[in-house]
Amino acid sequence: MRVSASSSAVMRSRRRRGLARALFAALALLLLGASTVRAQSQSMPVSTDPVLEARTRAVAAQLRCPVCQGNSIEDSPSELAQDMKGVVREQLASGKSPDEVKQYFIAKYGEWILLEPKATGFNLVVYALPMVMVLIGGVVVWRAVKKWTAEPAEADADT
Amino acid sequence: MTRLIGYNALWVALATAVFGLVAIPLGVRRGRGGLIQASYAATFAMFWLTTAAVFAMIFGLVTHDFSIGYVAQVGSRATPLFYTIISLWGALEGSILFWAWVLTLLSALVVFWNRDREGALIPYTTMTMLAVSFFFFILLVGPANPFTLVSPTPLDGPGPNPLLQNHILMGVHPPLLYLGYVGMTVPFAFAIGAMASGEVEKDDWIKLSRRWTLGAWGFLSAAIIAGMWWSYEVLGWGGYWAWDPVENASFMPWLTATAFLHSVMVQERRGMLRLWNLNLIVSTFALTILGTFLTRSGVLSSVHAFGEGPIGAYFLVAIGITLIVSFAGVAGNSDALKSTGRLDGVASRETVFLLNNLLFTAFTFTVLIGTLFPIIAEAARGVKVSVGEPFFNKMTLPICASLLFLMGVGPALPWKRATKEDLKRQMIPPAVGAVIAVIVSIGFGARDVYAVLTFAFAAFALVANVREYASGVRARMRLRSETAVTALGKLVGANRRRYGGYVAHMGMVCVAVAIAASSTFRSEHEATLTKGASMPVGRFQVRLNQVYGREEVQRSRIAANVSIMQGGEEIGRLDPAMNFYPTSETPIPTPAVRSRPWGDIYVNLMAFKPDGSSATLKVIVEPLVPWIWFGGGIVCLGAIISMSTMPGRRRAPVWSAASVAAEGMTTPPLPTGATGLLATTSLEGAD
Amino acid sequence: MNWKRATVAAFVAFPVIGLLGYALTLDPKEIPSPLPGRDAPAFSLAVFAQGEGEQQRAVGDSIRVSDHRGEVVVLNFWASWCLACRDEHSTLSTVAESYARQGVKFYGVLYNDVPSNGTRWISEMGGQTYPSVQDPRTRTAIDYGLYGVPETFFIGRDGRVAYKHVGPVTAAVLARKLDSLIALRAPSTTGDSAARVTVPPGKS
Repeated sequence: MRVSASSSAVMRSRRRRGLARALFAALALLLLGASTVRAQSQSMPVSTDPVLEARTRAVAAQLRCPVCQGNSIEDSPSELAQDMKGVVREQLASGKSPDEVKQYFIAKYGEWILLEPKATGFNLVVYALPMVMVLIGGVVVWRAVKKWTAEPAEADADT
Repeated sequence: MTRLIGYNALWVALATAVFGLVAIPLGVRRGRGGLIQASYAATFAMFWLTTAAVFAMIFGLVTHDFSIGYVAQVGSRATPLFYTIISLWGALEGSILFWAWVLTLLSALVVFWNRDREGALIPYTTMTMLAVSFFFFILLVGPANPFTLVSPTPLDGPGPNPLLQNHILMGVHPPLLYLGYVGMTVPFAFAIGAMASGEVEKDDWIKLSRRWTLGAWGFLSAAIIAGMWWSYEVLGWGGYWAWDPVENASFMPWLTATAFLHSVMVQERRGMLRLWNLNLIVSTFALTILGTFLTRSGVLSSVHAFGEGPIGAYFLVAIGITLIVSFAGVAGNSDALKSTGRLDGVASRETVFLLNNLLFTAFTFTVLIGTLFPIIAEAARGVKVSVGEPFFNKMTLPICASLLFLMGVGPALPWKRATKEDLKRQMIPPAVGAVIAVIVSIGFGARDVYAVLTFAFAAFALVANVREYASGVRARMRLRSETAVTALGKLVGANRRRYGGYVAHMGMVCVAVAIAASSTFRSEHEATLTKGASMPVGRFQVRLNQVYGREEVQRSRIAANVSIMQGGEEIGRLDPAMNFYPTSETPIPTPAVRSRPWGDIYVNLMAFKPDGSSATLKVIVEPLVPWIWFGGGIVCLGAIISMSTMPGRRRAPVWSAASVAAEGMTTPPLPTGATGLLATTSLEGAD
Repeated sequence: MNWKRATVAAFVAFPVIGLLGYALTLDPKEIPSPLPGRDAPAFSLAVFAQGEGEQQRAVGDSIRVSDHRGEVVVLNFWASWCLACRDEHSTLSTVAESYARQGVKFYGVLYNDVPSNGTRWISEMGGQTYPSVQDPRTRTAIDYGLYGVPETFFIGRDGRVAYKHVGPVTAAVLARKLDSLIALRAPSTTGDSAARVTVPPGKS
């Protein structure tokens, strides 16, 4: 049974439910205890440099959170996203360019990690097709208007 | 017992659908009215049987009857009653049952309101609805059976998905969505019925189904807004639209339906675009089935992705049949539905509507390609790619801005032809409004090009639409000595369709401005605070008071109590929390939102130390967000006004001499003498 | 009703249906990793759980990928809050013990969790026959392209990632992968061409 942090798997077997109950009880006890439930992220914390923060946000908004459903790591409240954002911040602070940072994540997670497909090769289809449709549609409308506003003698009824 | 009632009711309902599917064509072919009437009765029976099944399911959920498969899946003794009831639509099988119920309800209503009509249109329309119902009953007795037997009976269940237990909007959004989504089946059924009965060339089927389309559109609009509101308040990232596949699935039919609502006016006035309108109606329904396929077959990962397994194959068959029937139907009627009219001028409302349709179609197509591209890319290259927010925003913002612009131009242009004087008179005041809006928004600090354009076009549309009201009111006040308020009320009352449309436009302007403002003026702040410390957030400060835990029956909560301060004084308190459910391995963050007319302060608890010493908070200031929900309400009000046209009150058809003469002038014209009186007549009769 | 056009149009629907049918065969949750075939990302992490027997390491010891050139290494990312990790725990422990004799090193890497939770979990589960390290800043997890737990990486003698297994790993998978990796001898650094071997890229 795979796990991703933001979605929950509904337990179907009774065994899992029993375990879940036990874990839940353990968690509840933990909460009253002294250990941290959520590991405090020790990645580079939110910095006080607004320029760096703005650059981090810009890059983070283009990277997909691997454990969420389509959010960017900038938007996602999940811990993995926050840690990845920390990586982005560190790399930018150490002088890497936004492209290099994105390339790093592509090397780890594949092209999928980019929220917008790179406009190269086959991916151009997703950019080109809508524009082609607008152009074709525009031509259709233009020709239709011309036909329909033509003089009655020449008008040729068409859809 | 409950399980058996529900299960058997579904089987009998399936049987009644089959009966109708057989009896109707027989009855029409052989002229046996009795068979038709029997089929209508079967449609009613189908509704009552499905209602019985739904009641059985709700009863089973509330009484925690874990011998029923669906109850064992989503029920729990710990879940509060409200969430138990609404878990009816919380998982796959229950949602299919709910879909079937809405579908049979609408089928029964269609039959009930049209059963006395002569001809083959209604029988074949009913048959189409029965065919769609048949599909859903097959699912319900097959792969999506909610009434399976669980033996031995468990003592308790895991409860619904934790995300669905956090907010009361879960009780609002799905029913609205189903009424809208499933509602689009009705115009489709009328279209198929018209094609099958050979009546597609007459416009009766469009007239009969118009209100259904409008009603479904209204519900779908409300559902989309409610869904945005829900995800904003629950999902914790401070946004309301992520171009998630399921959001797109609900949005695409809305786009084509909106296009239809406009182009149908061209059909009614000019007899044109008939084939195109057929295409739009059929596409809207096809998109609803496609959307359901995408989100329920596990094909695309999504917030909403329900189920996998064999149900995907069933939906594939359904979408296949739908697409084949739709494509064939539209192509096959391309000769019969040739346009019979012409346009008088390029600068006319008709042209604006053509452009409107072009833009909506481009919009739909862009969203469709973007949503499907991960599949296409994987098929072509074997590599997974993501198509997310940056892509959709980049590609659709120009279309949105253009549509907003058209929304101001359209009402200002007359039907048929506009003269240069018309254009000047109508366009200049809105243009002035736009310029003022640009100056004001830049003054407030807006730098994003699209945001400024949105404000400009929104002001343009606002001024144009308000002037429509103003000139109509002025005309009535002058002619009938009414007060402004009475004039307004009567004006709208006499022209509900048109002014309902303008109201809906106002709602959209409101939504557009709110979205633009909340994006461009948004500010985010994140900090780790110790107890008692505060962080600056724009002109506010946010202070952490304490971190505390609370046990509830179905979950554990860790919350942070924070104070919102302004100028040193506390103006509010919020409790963002993390909810821990037994069935979820990681906590579900639940943000807290403080809504005021100027905007929202949105606080999310990101992390904490359980000894209560510190917490990490993310605070987002989002101006004007409540106006999105408010604007959505206005849009629905517009739909209601538009729908409430009394059929009997339609006066002379639009092509009567008096109204044609009057329409030669700008609509609505300022009355002068006799032409003024004619103008008033056309004001009343022409929608 | 123009039946000819209708039929032609109906056929246009088929490619779309075909695409959607193909879509049914896809699993959107599975993200193929670009790592297999590439050098295993370097790390240096501290042990927090000793392990037992042959694989035991002292708490605080640093484990580095670079130290393991020439050896087959299994890296298992896990967390105490991860329910699926419980499924594979005993399998991993048993297999780790039996393959330790062949020189295979097993390491657990704690993900998004604190060591105290980890040690408690291990003792609840009845011990772990191999050591576990902590990854406090989640850098290593991100370096390995992790998107959930459990995930298990098989690193060959040449220091490259041979295979990534997502989800609880079974004894059969472990045995198959390990046997094939053990059989491959590492490329020697002294230019002995007879021993030249490369791990095939992609999932083996």
